[in-house]
Amino acid sequence: MSDAAQGPAHVPALAIEAVSHAFGARRALDGVSLTVPAGCFVALLGPNGAGKTTLFSLATRLYATREGRVRIFGHDLSRAPSAALAELGVVFQSRTLDLDLSVRQNLAYHGALHGMAGREVKARIAELLALVGLADRVDDKVRTLSGGQSRRVEIARALIHRPRLLLLDEATVGLDLPSRSAIVEIVRRLVAEEGLAVLWATHIFDEVRADDLIYVLDKGRIIAHGTAREVTGAHLRPAEERAPDGPTAALEAAFRAMTAARAEDAA
Amino acid sequence: MSEGNLREASVGKTPAAPARHLGPAGYLVCMSGIVGRELLRFVQQKERFLSALVRPLVWLFIFAAGFRSTLGVSIIPPYETYVLYEVYVTPGLAVMIQLFNGMQSSLSMVYDREVGSMRVLLTSPFPRWYLLFSKLVAGVSVSLAQVYVFLAIARLWEVDIPPMGYLTALPAFILTGLMLGAIGLVISSLIRQLENFASVMNFVIFPMFFASSALYPLWRIRDASETLYIVCLLNPFTHAVELVRNALYGAFEPQAFAVVLGTTIVFFALAVVAYDPGRGIMGRRGGPKGEAA
Repeated sequence: MSDAAQGPAHVPALAIEAVSHAFGARRALDGVSLTVPAGCFVALLGPNGAGKTTLFSLATRLYATREGRVRIFGHDLSRAPSAALAELGVVFQSRTLDLDLSVRQNLAYHGALHGMAGREVKARIAELLALVGLADRVDDKVRTLSGGQSRRVEIARALIHRPRLLLLDEATVGLDLPSRSAIVEIVRRLVAEEGLAVLWATHIFDEVRADDLIYVLDKGRIIAHGTAREVTGAHLRPAEERAPDGPTAALEAAFRAMTAARAEDAA
Repeated sequence: MSEGNLREASVGKTPAAPARHLGPAGYLVCMSGIVGRELLRFVQQKERFLSALVRPLVWLFIFAAGFRSTLGVSIIPPYETYVLYEVYVTPGLAVMIQLFNGMQSSLSMVYDREVGSMRVLLTSPFPRWYLLFSKLVAGVSVSLAQVYVFLAIARLWEVDIPPMGYLTALPAFILTGLMLGAIGLVISSLIRQLENFASVMNFVIFPMFFASSALYPLWRIRDASETLYIVCLLNPFTHAVELVRNALYGAFEPQAFAVVLGTTIVFFALAVVAYDPGRGIMGRRGGPKGEAA
């Protein structure tokens, strides 16, 4: 029986299994495995160049998976791309809204790309813009929005077809602290209230909570995973874990310890 | 950490899979969304509309008027009498609009790829060939608006086309638009950066336009050079022009139709391969552009 046929309780929202990818001779990902359980917030931590965006490109079928397998709610992305992509919403690292179109036009276009039109999409647009706090900007051109507002529109857009899995690639990069906080709060609320599964790629440590599941990606390999608390505990001495700067600083210190150890191994 | 533990942390309720819209009606909605977006962008880019019109009108008002006395056009099908040079070049200029539009669409594909909005299109659950075909239809829709406005202006300039010709030429314009759009799609897949697009002008648009029957009848070209005549015959743009020229006068040119249809199919198939994540350019050329890998 396929995973998709087993029922939602047993099927992870996203299962990446032993995926590798290379650009010519350069190996960007090497045997990466990762699971996002349904209804769960998972953070993918890694420095710039770790391979996060390549992993997202594979998980969204922008690139073909040549080694390994990607499944979304049990649907194999290579064999059943339509079923898999229908479950997926994506916020890419680069801004992907059409600046010359209004917020409504951008969202309606995305709805059409998922076969939604008419009253259904109109109602969904109103619902989502209320969720991200931009109901009053529906007819404004995207060009007139701030960076944080554009990001919130992108989140609304990614949700328009009611996906059960949301991928966000460095969604808060370049934003000020209030905008970042607002976006993180919206996404966490969606997980808690709507049961959305989220894979949140970031290199900003204060976006991760102690009980979040995290995967640490470095130089194309997963070097640690577990809850943030567990990963921190496994790589720091107890005294360092209780650092006065709090859990964010401890996680960052653990991350540095892990990547430094790998650099030494490589040397 | 075990998978069991993984499920315990940060878990909310799991929503049931919502209804999806991937049936025949969904396909239509998807295409109309892509076409609608292209038309919206076109309407908002007034300078694009004007430049698309000015280019052929300059050829018609200045070039053709100047050459009227020096370039005689004998009676060749579909014409039943001598025609003004302006009348002769009008079909070629109309297809030139589509040529530029096809390349403009290809330019916008490269731009969309650079700014990232191509990713949004390609993560739609509809098949990738269908998304590309919808992009083609969108480009053709825009070019038809430009072509018919041009033909209306040309009519004021003594370019009399039988009224039914505007209707009989419509399928021909759709097919030639698809062909030139498909060529543009393939070109867009070969161009890595927007800056490289200028070379398309030099290596694609100008040779296609000038080495064709758009400006001079093929018999005149043959008089001048047998080699150039063969080049013109091999150029699909020649056949696009002849298909439209005949259709405007209610005639059907089977050879031109076959070449245009065949070229459309071949180039569209190439575009589908080029944009296929498993076989084409994507995922092989050095990683995600403009983003941290």
